[in-house]
Amino acid sequence: MKASLIIGVVIITVLSLVAVFAPIISTHDPAEIDRDNLLVAPSRRHLMGTDSLGRDIFSRIVYGARISLSIGIIAVGIATLIGIFLGALAGFYGRWVDSLIMRFVDLMLCFPTFFLILAVVAILEPSIYNIMVIIGLTSWMGTARLIRAEILSLKEREFIQAARAIGASNLRIIIRHLIPNGIGPVIISAILGIAGAILIESALSFLGLGVQPPIPSWGNILIEAKSTLGIAWWLTLYPGLFILITILGFNLVADGLRERFLGQSLNE
Amino acid sequence: MLGYIIRRLIGIIPLLFGITVVSFAIIHLAPGEPTAMQELMSPRITYEARARLMELYELDKPLHTRYIRWLSRIIRMDLGTSITDGRRVVDKIVERLPVTLALNILAMFFILVVSIPLGIKAAARPDSLFDKTTTIAVFIGFALPAFWIALLLMQFFSIRLGWLPVSGIKSLDFEYFSWPKKILDLGWHFILPVFVSALGGLAAFSRYVRQNMLSALAQPYIVTAKAKGLSRRDVLYRHAFPNAILPLVTILGLSVPGLLGGSIIFESIFALPGLGQLFYTAVMMRDYNLIMASVILGAVLTMLGNLAADIAYAYADPRIRYR
Repeated sequence: MKASLIIGVVIITVLSLVAVFAPIISTHDPAEIDRDNLLVAPSRRHLMGTDSLGRDIFSRIVYGARISLSIGIIAVGIATLIGIFLGALAGFYGRWVDSLIMRFVDLMLCFPTFFLILAVVAILEPSIYNIMVIIGLTSWMGTARLIRAEILSLKEREFIQAARAIGASNLRIIIRHLIPNGIGPVIISAILGIAGAILIESALSFLGLGVQPPIPSWGNILIEAKSTLGIAWWLTLYPGLFILITILGFNLVADGLRERFLGQSLNE
Repeated sequence: MLGYIIRRLIGIIPLLFGITVVSFAIIHLAPGEPTAMQELMSPRITYEARARLMELYELDKPLHTRYIRWLSRIIRMDLGTSITDGRRVVDKIVERLPVTLALNILAMFFILVVSIPLGIKAAARPDSLFDKTTTIAVFIGFALPAFWIALLLMQFFSIRLGWLPVSGIKSLDFEYFSWPKKILDLGWHFILPVFVSALGGLAAFSRYVRQNMLSALAQPYIVTAKAKGLSRRDVLYRHAFPNAILPLVTILGLSVPGLLGGSIIFESIFALPGLGQLFYTAVMMRDYNLIMASVILGAVLTMLGNLAADIAYAYADPRIRYR
Protein backbone atom coordinates (compact mmCIF):
# COMPACT_ATOMS: atom_id res chain seq x y z
CA MET A 1 0.00 0.00 0.00
CA LYS A 2 1.13 3.50 -0.70
CA ALA A 3 2.21 5.68 2.20
CA SER A 4 -0.36 8.35 1.33
CA LEU A 5 -3.24 5.89 1.60
CA ILE A 6 -2.02 4.78 5.03
CA ILE A 7 -1.66 8.38 6.20
CA GLY A 8 -5.20 9.09 4.98
CA VAL A 9 -6.64 6.06 6.76
CA VAL A 10 -4.84 6.99 9.97
CA ILE A 11 -6.15 10.57 9.82
CA ILE A 12 -9.74 9.44 9.31
CA THR A 13 -9.52 6.76 11.99
CA VAL A 14 -8.12 9.18 14.56
CA LEU A 15 -10.76 11.79 13.73
CA SER A 16 -13.55 9.24 13.96
CA LEU A 17 -12.28 8.13 17.35
CA VAL A 18 -12.13 11.77 18.47
CA ALA A 19 -15.72 12.23 17.33
CA VAL A 20 -16.96 9.06 19.04
CA PHE A 21 -15.13 9.66 22.30
CA ALA A 22 -15.63 13.43 22.38
CA PRO A 23 -17.02 13.44 25.96
CA ILE A 24 -13.92 11.61 27.22
CA ILE A 25 -11.32 13.51 25.22
CA SER A 26 -12.64 17.03 25.78
CA THR A 27 -11.30 18.85 28.84
CA HIS A 28 -14.28 21.16 29.34
CA ASP A 29 -17.96 21.39 28.53
CA PRO A 30 -17.93 22.87 25.00
CA ALA A 31 -20.78 25.26 25.80
CA GLU A 32 -19.57 26.26 29.26
CA ILE A 33 -19.14 30.02 29.54
CA ASP A 34 -16.33 31.17 31.81
CA ARG A 35 -16.29 34.93 32.35
CA ASP A 36 -12.97 34.88 34.18
CA ASN A 37 -11.13 33.37 31.23
CA LEU A 38 -12.09 35.37 28.14
CA LEU A 39 -9.81 35.06 25.10
CA VAL A 40 -7.10 33.23 27.04
CA ALA A 41 -4.12 32.11 24.98
CA PRO A 42 -3.37 28.36 24.79
CA SER A 43 -2.10 27.02 28.10
CA ARG A 44 -2.10 23.74 29.99
CA ARG A 45 -5.60 24.44 31.27
CA HIS A 46 -6.95 25.49 27.89
CA LEU A 47 -4.98 23.55 25.29
CA MET A 48 -6.14 25.73 22.41
CA GLY A 49 -7.17 28.84 24.31
CA THR A 50 -10.67 30.20 24.85
CA ASP A 51 -13.05 32.39 22.86
CA SER A 52 -14.64 35.71 23.82
CA LEU A 53 -17.16 33.91 26.03
CA GLY A 54 -14.45 31.91 27.77
CA ARG A 55 -15.44 28.65 26.10
CA ASP A 56 -12.64 26.11 25.69
CA ILE A 57 -11.61 25.92 22.02
CA PHE A 58 -10.09 22.44 22.26
CA SER A 59 -13.34 20.98 23.60
CA ARG A 60 -15.36 22.86 20.99
CA ILE A 61 -13.13 21.48 18.22
CA VAL A 62 -13.42 17.94 19.59
CA TYR A 63 -17.22 18.17 19.64
CA GLY A 64 -17.10 19.97 16.29
CA ALA A 65 -15.58 16.81 14.81
CA ARG A 66 -18.86 15.03 15.55
CA ILE A 67 -20.87 17.67 13.75
CA SER A 68 -18.58 17.99 10.75
CA LEU A 69 -18.11 14.27 10.17
CA SER A 70 -21.78 13.41 10.58
CA ILE A 71 -22.85 16.22 8.25
CA GLY A 72 -20.28 15.09 5.70
CA ILE A 73 -21.25 11.42 5.85
CA ILE A 74 -25.03 11.86 5.89
CA ALA A 75 -25.05 14.56 3.19
CA VAL A 76 -22.98 12.32 0.93
CA GLY A 77 -25.19 9.34 1.81
CA ILE A 78 -28.23 11.27 0.59
CA ALA A 79 -26.45 12.47 -2.55
CA THR A 80 -25.16 8.99 -3.36
CA LEU A 81 -28.58 7.35 -2.98
CA ILE A 82 -30.22 9.94 -5.24
CA GLY A 83 -27.36 9.70 -7.72
CA ILE A 84 -27.41 5.91 -7.86
CA PHE A 85 -31.19 5.81 -8.25
CA LEU A 86 -31.39 8.37 -11.07
CA GLY A 87 -28.16 7.27 -12.74
CA ALA A 88 -29.21 3.59 -12.72
CA LEU A 89 -32.61 4.44 -14.19
CA ALA A 90 -31.02 6.55 -16.92
CA GLY A 91 -28.33 4.02 -17.76
CA PHE A 92 -30.58 0.96 -17.74
CA TYR A 93 -33.70 2.20 -19.48
CA GLY A 94 -32.02 4.57 -21.94
CA ARG A 95 -34.14 6.41 -24.52
CA TRP A 96 -36.44 9.10 -23.14
CA VAL A 97 -35.86 8.15 -19.50
CA ASP A 98 -32.15 8.67 -20.07
CA SER A 99 -32.49 11.96 -21.91
CA LEU A 100 -34.98 13.30 -19.38
CA ILE A 101 -32.77 12.48 -16.40
CA MET A 102 -29.55 13.61 -18.03
CA ARG A 103 -31.08 16.92 -19.17
CA PHE A 104 -32.12 17.43 -15.55
CA VAL A 105 -28.55 16.70 -14.45
CA ASP A 106 -27.25 19.26 -16.98
CA LEU A 107 -29.76 21.76 -15.67
CA MET A 108 -28.78 21.23 -12.03
CA LEU A 109 -25.11 21.54 -12.96
CA CYS A 110 -25.83 25.04 -14.30
CA PHE A 111 -26.45 26.31 -10.79
CA PRO A 112 -23.39 27.22 -8.78
CA THR A 113 -23.84 24.81 -5.84
CA PHE A 114 -23.13 27.45 -3.27
CA PHE A 115 -25.76 29.81 -4.74
CA LEU A 116 -28.33 27.04 -4.66
CA ILE A 117 -27.50 26.05 -1.09
CA LEU A 118 -27.63 29.64 0.15
CA ALA A 119 -30.97 30.26 -1.56
CA VAL A 120 -32.48 27.21 0.14
CA VAL A 121 -30.94 28.12 3.50
CA ALA A 122 -32.63 31.51 3.19
CA ILE A 123 -36.00 29.75 3.18
CA LEU A 124 -35.44 26.92 5.61
CA GLU A 125 -33.96 27.69 8.99
CA PRO A 126 -30.29 26.78 9.12
CA SER A 127 -30.00 23.67 11.30
CA ILE A 128 -27.75 20.63 11.23
CA TYR A 129 -30.44 18.47 9.64
CA ASN A 130 -31.38 21.02 7.01
CA ILE A 131 -27.72 21.48 6.09
CA MET A 132 -27.28 17.73 5.60
CA VAL A 133 -30.34 17.48 3.39
CA ILE A 134 -29.55 20.61 1.38
CA ILE A 135 -25.97 19.58 0.65
CA GLY A 136 -27.21 16.11 -0.27
CA LEU A 137 -29.90 17.42 -2.61
CA THR A 138 -27.46 19.69 -4.45
CA SER A 139 -24.52 17.34 -4.96
CA TRP A 140 -25.82 14.09 -6.48
CA MET A 141 -25.20 14.96 -10.13
CA GLY A 142 -21.65 13.63 -10.39
CA THR A 143 -22.69 10.28 -8.89
CA ALA A 144 -25.60 9.97 -11.32
CA ARG A 145 -23.26 10.51 -14.28
CA LEU A 146 -20.75 7.99 -12.93
CA ILE A 147 -23.19 5.16 -12.28
CA ARG A 148 -24.96 5.80 -15.60
CA ALA A 149 -21.69 5.45 -17.49
CA GLU A 150 -20.83 2.26 -15.59
CA ILE A 151 -24.23 0.70 -16.27
CA LEU A 152 -24.15 1.67 -19.94
CA SER A 153 -21.00 -0.37 -20.41
CA LEU A 154 -21.99 -3.20 -18.05
CA LYS A 155 -25.45 -3.92 -19.39
CA GLU A 156 -24.15 -5.24 -22.72
CA ARG A 157 -21.93 -7.79 -20.99
CA GLU A 158 -22.60 -11.53 -21.04
CA PHE A 159 -23.38 -12.02 -17.38
CA ILE A 160 -26.30 -9.64 -17.74
CA GLN A 161 -27.59 -11.62 -20.72
CA ALA A 162 -27.18 -14.76 -18.63
CA ALA A 163 -29.14 -13.22 -15.78
CA ARG A 164 -31.87 -12.23 -18.20
CA ALA A 165 -31.90 -15.73 -19.72
CA ILE A 166 -32.61 -17.33 -16.37
CA GLY A 167 -35.53 -14.96 -16.00
CA ALA A 168 -34.26 -12.28 -13.62
CA SER A 169 -36.47 -9.20 -13.50
CA ASN A 170 -35.18 -5.75 -14.49
CA LEU A 171 -35.20 -4.65 -10.88
CA ARG A 172 -33.15 -7.67 -9.83
CA ILE A 173 -30.67 -7.15 -12.65
CA ILE A 174 -30.19 -3.52 -11.66
CA ILE A 175 -29.92 -4.08 -7.93
CA ARG A 176 -28.09 -7.42 -7.79
CA HIS A 177 -25.91 -7.30 -10.89
CA LEU A 178 -25.43 -3.83 -12.31
CA ILE A 179 -25.10 -1.56 -9.27
CA PRO A 180 -22.71 -3.82 -7.27
CA ASN A 181 -20.43 -4.12 -10.31
CA GLY A 182 -20.42 -0.43 -11.07
CA ILE A 183 -20.17 0.85 -7.52
CA GLY A 184 -16.35 1.20 -7.34
CA PRO A 185 -15.96 4.67 -8.83
CA VAL A 186 -19.05 5.79 -6.90
CA ILE A 187 -17.51 4.84 -3.56
CA ILE A 188 -14.35 6.74 -4.39
CA SER A 189 -16.27 9.82 -5.47
CA ALA A 190 -18.36 9.53 -2.30
CA ILE A 191 -15.21 9.66 -0.16
CA LEU A 192 -14.11 12.77 -2.06
CA GLY A 193 -17.65 14.04 -1.62
CA ILE A 194 -17.41 13.80 2.18
CA ALA A 195 -14.41 16.12 2.07
CA GLY A 196 -16.35 18.49 -0.17
CA ALA A 197 -19.42 18.43 2.08
CA ILE A 198 -17.32 19.16 5.18
CA LEU A 199 -15.76 22.11 3.35
CA ILE A 200 -19.19 23.43 2.33
CA GLU A 201 -20.54 23.00 5.85
CA SER A 202 -17.61 24.88 7.36
CA ALA A 203 -17.96 27.71 4.83
CA LEU A 204 -21.72 27.90 5.49
CA SER A 205 -21.20 27.94 9.25
CA PHE A 206 -18.49 30.55 8.82
CA LEU A 207 -20.99 32.76 6.98
CA GLY A 208 -23.44 32.26 9.86
CA LEU A 209 -25.79 30.20 7.68
CA GLY A 210 -24.80 26.73 8.82
CA VAL A 211 -24.54 25.17 12.25
CA GLN A 212 -25.70 27.75 14.78
CA PRO A 213 -23.88 28.46 18.06
CA PRO A 214 -23.82 27.29 20.81
CA ILE A 215 -23.52 24.00 18.89
CA PRO A 216 -19.82 23.92 18.01
CA SER A 217 -18.66 23.46 14.43
CA TRP A 218 -15.25 24.13 12.95
CA GLY A 219 -16.77 26.74 10.68
CA ASN A 220 -18.61 28.68 13.34
CA ILE A 221 -15.59 28.91 15.65
CA LEU A 222 -13.99 30.80 12.77
CA ILE A 223 -16.77 33.41 12.78
CA GLU A 224 -15.29 34.82 15.94
CA ALA A 225 -11.79 34.49 14.54
CA LYS A 226 -12.68 37.22 12.07
CA SER A 227 -13.67 39.76 14.71
CA THR A 228 -10.66 38.97 16.90
CA LEU A 229 -8.15 39.10 14.05
CA GLY A 230 -4.81 40.25 15.41
CA ILE A 231 -5.91 39.63 19.00
CA ALA A 232 -6.50 35.90 19.29
CA TRP A 233 -4.56 33.92 16.69
CA TRP A 234 -5.57 30.60 18.28
CA LEU A 235 -9.17 31.16 17.26
CA THR A 236 -8.10 31.25 13.61
CA LEU A 237 -5.35 28.68 13.55
CA TYR A 238 -6.77 25.56 15.17
CA PRO A 239 -10.24 25.14 13.60
CA GLY A 240 -8.83 25.75 10.13
CA LEU A 241 -6.03 23.28 10.73
CA PHE A 242 -8.58 20.62 11.63
CA ILE A 243 -10.61 21.30 8.49
CA LEU A 244 -7.43 21.09 6.41
CA ILE A 245 -6.27 17.81 7.96
CA THR A 246 -9.71 16.20 7.68
CA ILE A 247 -10.11 17.08 4.03
CA LEU A 248 -6.56 16.01 3.31
CA GLY A 249 -7.33 12.65 4.98
CA PHE A 250 -10.40 11.93 2.84
CA ASN A 251 -8.66 13.10 -0.34
CA LEU A 252 -5.64 10.88 0.35
CA VAL A 253 -7.84 7.84 0.94
CA ALA A 254 -9.88 8.49 -2.20
CA ASP A 255 -6.76 8.94 -4.29
CA GLY A 256 -5.09 5.87 -2.80
CA LEU A 257 -8.15 3.70 -3.46
CA ARG A 258 -8.47 5.02 -6.98
CA GLU A 259 -4.88 4.16 -7.72
CA ARG A 260 -5.21 0.72 -6.20
CA PHE A 261 -8.51 -0.35 -7.71
CA LEU A 262 -8.99 1.73 -10.82
CA GLY A 263 -5.32 2.08 -11.73
CA GLN A 264 -5.33 5.84 -12.01
CA SER A 265 -4.60 8.58 -9.56
CA LEU A 266 -4.45 12.31 -9.38
CA ASN A 267 -0.86 11.97 -10.49
CA GLU A 268 -1.41 10.15 -13.74
CA MET B 1 -18.63 26.98 -37.49
CA LEU B 2 -21.57 29.36 -37.69
CA GLY B 3 -23.92 26.40 -37.92
CA TYR B 4 -22.41 24.93 -34.78
CA ILE B 5 -22.81 28.20 -32.86
CA ILE B 6 -26.43 28.54 -33.95
CA ARG B 7 -27.16 24.94 -32.94
CA ARG B 8 -25.63 25.54 -29.53
CA LEU B 9 -27.54 28.80 -29.06
CA ILE B 10 -30.83 27.05 -29.81
CA GLY B 11 -29.81 24.34 -27.38
CA ILE B 12 -29.64 26.76 -24.46
CA ILE B 13 -33.28 27.82 -24.75
CA PRO B 14 -34.73 24.80 -22.89
CA LEU B 15 -31.92 25.14 -20.37
CA LEU B 16 -32.84 28.79 -19.73
CA PHE B 17 -36.44 27.76 -19.27
CA GLY B 18 -35.37 25.05 -16.83
CA ILE B 19 -33.28 27.53 -14.86
CA THR B 20 -36.30 29.78 -14.31
CA VAL B 21 -38.47 26.81 -13.27
CA VAL B 22 -35.94 25.58 -10.70
CA SER B 23 -35.30 29.06 -9.29
CA PHE B 24 -39.01 29.72 -9.00
CA ALA B 25 -39.67 26.32 -7.44
CA ILE B 26 -37.00 26.77 -4.76
CA ILE B 27 -38.49 29.99 -3.53
CA HIS B 28 -42.14 29.06 -3.78
CA LEU B 29 -42.40 25.39 -2.87
CA ALA B 30 -40.48 25.74 0.35
CA PRO B 31 -42.34 26.32 3.58
CA GLY B 32 -42.17 29.88 4.86
CA GLU B 33 -43.71 32.65 2.80
CA PRO B 34 -41.95 35.76 1.57
CA THR B 35 -44.06 37.69 4.05
CA ALA B 36 -42.54 35.81 6.98
CA MET B 37 -39.53 38.12 7.20
CA GLN B 38 -41.57 41.29 7.41
CA GLU B 39 -43.71 39.65 10.05
CA LEU B 40 -40.60 38.68 11.91
CA MET B 41 -39.32 42.24 11.83
CA SER B 42 -42.62 43.74 12.93
CA PRO B 43 -44.66 41.10 14.73
CA ARG B 44 -47.63 43.43 15.12
CA ILE B 45 -48.12 43.66 11.37
CA THR B 46 -51.79 44.36 10.69
CA TYR B 47 -54.07 42.10 8.78
CA GLU B 48 -54.38 44.76 6.08
CA ALA B 49 -50.62 45.13 5.71
CA ARG B 50 -50.31 41.38 5.42
CA ALA B 51 -52.98 41.29 2.77
CA ARG B 52 -51.15 44.07 0.92
CA LEU B 53 -47.94 42.02 0.94
CA MET B 54 -49.85 38.94 -0.16
CA GLU B 55 -51.18 40.91 -3.09
CA LEU B 56 -47.77 42.39 -3.91
CA TYR B 57 -46.29 38.92 -4.22
CA GLU B 58 -49.56 37.56 -5.63
CA LEU B 59 -49.53 34.87 -2.99
CA ASP B 60 -53.27 34.47 -3.34
CA LYS B 61 -52.91 33.17 -6.92
CA PRO B 62 -52.22 29.54 -7.86
CA LEU B 63 -48.62 28.55 -8.42
CA HIS B 64 -48.63 28.17 -12.20
CA THR B 65 -50.32 31.55 -12.68
CA ARG B 66 -47.69 33.14 -10.51
CA TYR B 67 -44.93 31.41 -12.45
CA ILE B 68 -46.23 32.53 -15.83
CA ARG B 69 -46.64 36.13 -14.67
CA TRP B 70 -43.21 36.09 -13.09
CA LEU B 71 -41.66 34.58 -16.22
CA SER B 72 -43.21 37.20 -18.47
CA ARG B 73 -41.77 39.89 -16.21
CA ILE B 74 -38.33 38.22 -16.21
CA ILE B 75 -38.30 38.13 -20.00
CA ARG B 76 -38.88 41.88 -19.98
CA MET B 77 -35.90 42.13 -17.59
CA ASP B 78 -38.20 43.27 -14.79
CA LEU B 79 -36.87 41.40 -11.77
CA GLY B 80 -38.97 43.31 -9.26
CA THR B 81 -37.79 45.47 -6.39
CA SER B 82 -35.72 44.72 -3.34
CA ILE B 83 -37.57 44.34 -0.04
CA THR B 84 -34.93 46.18 1.94
CA ASP B 85 -34.78 49.52 0.11
CA GLY B 86 -37.40 49.32 -2.62
CA ARG B 87 -34.85 49.81 -5.39
CA ARG B 88 -35.03 47.85 -8.63
CA VAL B 89 -33.21 44.51 -8.42
CA VAL B 90 -31.72 45.03 -11.90
CA ASP B 91 -30.10 48.30 -10.82
CA LYS B 92 -28.71 46.78 -7.64
CA ILE B 93 -27.19 43.88 -9.55
CA VAL B 94 -25.75 45.96 -12.39
CA GLU B 95 -23.89 48.27 -10.02
CA ARG B 96 -22.38 45.29 -8.19
CA LEU B 97 -21.38 43.32 -11.27
CA PRO B 98 -18.06 45.08 -12.12
CA VAL B 99 -16.40 44.16 -8.81
CA THR B 100 -17.32 40.48 -9.09
CA LEU B 101 -16.31 40.29 -12.74
CA ALA B 102 -13.00 42.04 -12.02
CA LEU B 103 -12.29 39.72 -9.09
CA ASN B 104 -13.05 36.55 -11.04
CA ILE B 105 -11.34 37.57 -14.27
CA LEU B 106 -8.21 38.60 -12.38
CA ALA B 107 -8.31 35.33 -10.41
CA MET B 108 -8.71 33.32 -13.62
CA PHE B 109 -5.81 35.21 -15.20
CA PHE B 110 -3.65 34.60 -12.14
CA ILE B 111 -4.53 30.89 -12.17
CA LEU B 112 -3.52 30.50 -15.81
CA VAL B 113 -0.32 32.51 -15.54
CA VAL B 114 0.91 30.48 -12.58
CA SER B 115 -0.47 27.00 -13.21
CA ILE B 116 0.51 26.57 -16.87
CA PRO B 117 4.27 26.98 -16.37
CA LEU B 118 4.02 24.95 -13.16
CA GLY B 119 2.23 22.08 -14.90
CA ILE B 120 4.58 22.10 -17.88
CA LYS B 121 7.66 22.08 -15.70
CA ALA B 122 6.31 19.20 -13.60
CA ALA B 123 5.39 17.18 -16.71
CA ALA B 124 8.74 17.84 -18.40
CA ARG B 125 10.52 15.81 -15.73
CA PRO B 126 8.05 13.44 -14.06
CA ASP B 127 9.07 12.17 -10.62
CA SER B 128 11.75 14.83 -10.29
CA LEU B 129 12.06 16.74 -7.03
CA PHE B 130 10.11 19.64 -8.55
CA ASP B 131 7.33 17.32 -9.67
CA LYS B 132 7.07 15.66 -6.26
CA THR B 133 7.03 19.00 -4.45
CA THR B 134 4.22 20.34 -6.64
CA THR B 135 2.26 17.10 -6.15
CA ILE B 136 2.36 17.57 -2.39
CA ALA B 137 1.54 21.28 -2.76
CA VAL B 138 -1.43 20.38 -4.95
CA PHE B 139 -2.77 17.89 -2.41
CA ILE B 140 -2.57 20.52 0.29
CA GLY B 141 -4.03 23.14 -2.05
CA PHE B 142 -7.07 20.92 -2.67
CA ALA B 143 -7.63 20.52 1.05
CA LEU B 144 -7.18 24.17 2.07
CA PRO B 145 -10.32 25.92 3.19
CA ALA B 146 -9.78 29.16 1.26
CA PHE B 147 -11.67 31.32 3.73
CA TRP B 148 -9.31 30.16 6.46
CA ILE B 149 -6.29 31.11 4.34
CA ALA B 150 -7.95 34.48 3.78
CA LEU B 151 -8.11 35.01 7.55
CA LEU B 152 -4.50 33.90 8.06
CA LEU B 153 -3.19 36.13 5.29
CA MET B 154 -5.22 39.08 6.58
CA GLN B 155 -3.79 38.49 10.02
CA PHE B 156 -0.24 38.39 8.70
CA PHE B 157 -0.06 40.89 5.84
CA SER B 158 -2.73 43.37 6.86
CA ILE B 159 -2.57 43.43 10.64
CA ARG B 160 0.89 42.22 11.65
CA LEU B 161 2.86 43.78 8.79
CA GLY B 162 0.38 46.44 7.70
CA TRP B 163 1.36 46.02 4.05
CA LEU B 164 -2.08 45.35 2.63
CA PRO B 165 -5.51 46.78 3.44
CA VAL B 166 -7.73 44.72 5.75
CA SER B 167 -10.90 45.06 3.71
CA GLY B 168 -12.89 47.21 1.33
CA ILE B 169 -12.20 48.14 -2.24
CA LYS B 170 -10.68 51.62 -1.94
CA SER B 171 -9.01 53.88 0.60
CA LEU B 172 -11.01 56.49 2.50
CA ASP B 173 -9.44 59.40 0.62
CA PHE B 174 -9.87 57.66 -2.76
CA GLU B 175 -11.84 60.57 -4.26
CA TYR B 176 -8.87 62.94 -3.94
CA PHE B 177 -6.40 60.63 -5.68
CA SER B 178 -5.04 61.24 -9.17
CA TRP B 179 -5.98 58.74 -11.89
CA PRO B 180 -2.92 56.49 -11.75
CA LYS B 181 -3.04 56.48 -7.97
CA LYS B 182 -6.68 55.43 -8.05
CA ILE B 183 -5.84 52.40 -10.15
CA LEU B 184 -2.94 51.53 -7.86
CA ASP B 185 -5.21 51.84 -4.86
CA LEU B 186 -7.81 49.50 -6.37
CA GLY B 187 -5.10 47.00 -7.31
CA TRP B 188 -3.69 47.16 -3.80
CA HIS B 189 -7.09 46.26 -2.36
CA PHE B 190 -7.51 43.41 -4.83
CA ILE B 191 -4.24 41.58 -4.13
CA LEU B 192 -5.43 39.38 -1.25
CA PRO B 193 -8.94 38.65 -2.58
CA VAL B 194 -7.63 37.66 -6.01
CA PHE B 195 -4.90 35.48 -4.54
CA VAL B 196 -7.30 33.69 -2.21
CA SER B 197 -9.98 33.11 -4.87
CA ALA B 198 -7.34 31.73 -7.21
CA LEU B 199 -5.94 29.26 -4.68
CA GLY B 200 -8.31 26.34 -5.28
CA GLY B 201 -8.19 26.71 -9.05
CA LEU B 202 -4.42 26.90 -8.95
CA ALA B 203 -4.11 23.39 -7.56
CA ALA B 204 -6.66 21.93 -9.97
CA PHE B 205 -5.30 23.67 -13.05
CA SER B 206 -1.65 22.85 -12.54
CA ARG B 207 -2.72 19.23 -12.17
CA TYR B 208 -4.74 19.32 -15.40
CA VAL B 209 -1.90 20.96 -17.30
CA ARG B 210 0.51 18.33 -16.00
CA GLN B 211 -1.80 15.44 -16.88
CA ASN B 212 -2.52 16.75 -20.36
CA MET B 213 1.15 17.44 -21.01
CA LEU B 214 2.05 13.92 -19.93
CA SER B 215 -0.51 12.33 -22.24
CA ALA B 216 0.55 14.62 -25.11
CA LEU B 217 4.20 13.74 -24.52
CA ALA B 218 3.35 10.04 -24.81
CA GLN B 219 2.05 10.46 -28.38
CA PRO B 220 3.97 9.09 -31.39
CA TYR B 221 4.36 12.54 -32.98
CA ILE B 222 6.52 13.54 -30.04
CA VAL B 223 8.85 10.64 -30.82
CA THR B 224 8.95 11.89 -34.43
CA ALA B 225 9.73 15.41 -33.30
CA LYS B 226 12.50 14.15 -31.06
CA ALA B 227 13.82 11.81 -33.76
CA LYS B 228 14.20 14.60 -36.29
CA GLY B 229 16.42 16.35 -33.79
CA LEU B 230 14.24 19.15 -32.45
CA SER B 231 15.36 20.80 -29.23
CA ARG B 232 13.67 19.92 -25.95
CA ARG B 233 12.17 23.38 -25.88
CA ASP B 234 10.59 23.01 -29.31
CA VAL B 235 9.22 19.58 -28.50
CA LEU B 236 7.66 20.84 -25.27
CA TYR B 237 6.30 24.17 -26.41
CA ARG B 238 5.66 23.78 -30.16
CA HIS B 239 4.43 20.19 -30.27
CA ALA B 240 3.13 19.03 -26.89
CA PHE B 241 1.86 22.27 -25.38
CA PRO B 242 -0.76 23.30 -28.01
CA ASN B 243 -2.39 19.88 -27.77
CA ALA B 244 -2.22 19.81 -24.00
CA ILE B 245 -3.77 23.24 -23.65
CA LEU B 246 -6.90 22.45 -25.66
CA PRO B 247 -8.90 20.51 -23.03
CA LEU B 248 -8.08 23.31 -20.61
CA VAL B 249 -10.62 25.52 -22.37
CA THR B 250 -13.40 23.23 -21.20
CA ILE B 251 -12.11 23.20 -17.64
CA LEU B 252 -11.97 26.98 -17.74
CA GLY B 253 -15.67 27.05 -18.57
CA LEU B 254 -16.44 24.49 -15.87
CA SER B 255 -14.68 26.53 -13.20
CA VAL B 256 -17.17 29.42 -13.45
CA PRO B 257 -19.64 28.11 -10.82
CA GLY B 258 -16.83 27.49 -8.33
CA LEU B 259 -15.46 30.98 -8.76
CA LEU B 260 -18.93 32.51 -8.41
CA GLY B 261 -19.59 30.51 -5.24
CA GLY B 262 -16.22 31.63 -3.94
CA SER B 263 -17.09 35.28 -4.49
CA ILE B 264 -19.86 34.98 -1.93
CA ILE B 265 -17.33 33.96 0.72
CA PHE B 266 -14.45 36.22 -0.27
CA GLU B 267 -16.50 39.33 -0.93
CA SER B 268 -18.03 39.03 2.50
CA ILE B 269 -14.65 38.41 4.18
CA PHE B 270 -12.93 41.30 2.42
CA ALA B 271 -16.03 43.56 2.37
CA LEU B 272 -15.93 43.96 -1.41
CA PRO B 273 -19.15 45.48 -2.78
CA GLY B 274 -19.78 42.80 -5.42
CA LEU B 275 -22.53 40.43 -6.44
CA GLY B 276 -21.52 37.79 -3.89
CA GLN B 277 -21.89 40.21 -1.02
CA LEU B 278 -25.21 41.44 -2.41
CA PHE B 279 -26.47 37.86 -2.60
CA TYR B 280 -25.26 37.14 0.92
CA THR B 281 -27.08 40.13 2.41
CA ALA B 282 -30.17 39.18 0.37
CA VAL B 283 -30.07 35.72 1.95
CA MET B 284 -29.67 37.20 5.43
CA MET B 285 -32.60 39.61 4.84
CA ARG B 286 -34.70 37.05 2.94
CA ASP B 287 -34.97 39.47 0.07
CA TYR B 288 -36.72 37.01 -2.24
CA ASN B 289 -36.66 38.98 -5.48
CA LEU B 290 -32.96 39.61 -5.09
CA ILE B 291 -32.27 35.95 -4.21
CA MET B 292 -34.15 34.67 -7.24
CA ALA B 293 -32.44 37.15 -9.52
CA SER B 294 -28.99 36.21 -8.17
CA VAL B 295 -29.61 32.48 -8.51
CA ILE B 296 -30.78 32.95 -12.09
CA LEU B 297 -27.83 35.19 -12.88
CA GLY B 298 -25.40 32.68 -11.37
CA ALA B 299 -26.89 29.87 -13.45
CA VAL B 300 -26.94 31.95 -16.64
CA LEU B 301 -23.31 33.00 -16.15
CA THR B 302 -22.35 29.35 -15.62
CA MET B 303 -24.24 28.32 -18.73
CA LEU B 304 -22.60 31.08 -20.78
CA GLY B 305 -19.21 30.03 -19.44
CA ASN B 306 -19.81 26.46 -20.67
CA LEU B 307 -21.13 27.72 -23.99
CA ALA B 308 -18.12 29.96 -24.53
CA ALA B 309 -15.80 27.08 -23.66
CA ASP B 310 -17.57 24.73 -26.09
CA ILE B 311 -17.46 27.28 -28.91
CA ALA B 312 -13.80 28.04 -28.26
CA TYR B 313 -13.08 24.31 -28.29
CA ALA B 314 -14.96 23.81 -31.53
CA TYR B 315 -13.08 26.74 -33.03
CA ALA B 316 -9.75 25.21 -32.05
CA ASP B 317 -10.64 21.61 -32.88
CA PRO B 318 -12.72 21.29 -36.09
CA ARG B 319 -13.63 17.64 -35.37
CA ILE B 320 -16.07 18.81 -32.69
CA ARG B 321 -18.18 20.90 -35.07
CA TYR B 322 -19.34 18.01 -37.20
CA ARG B 323 -20.59 15.72 -34.49
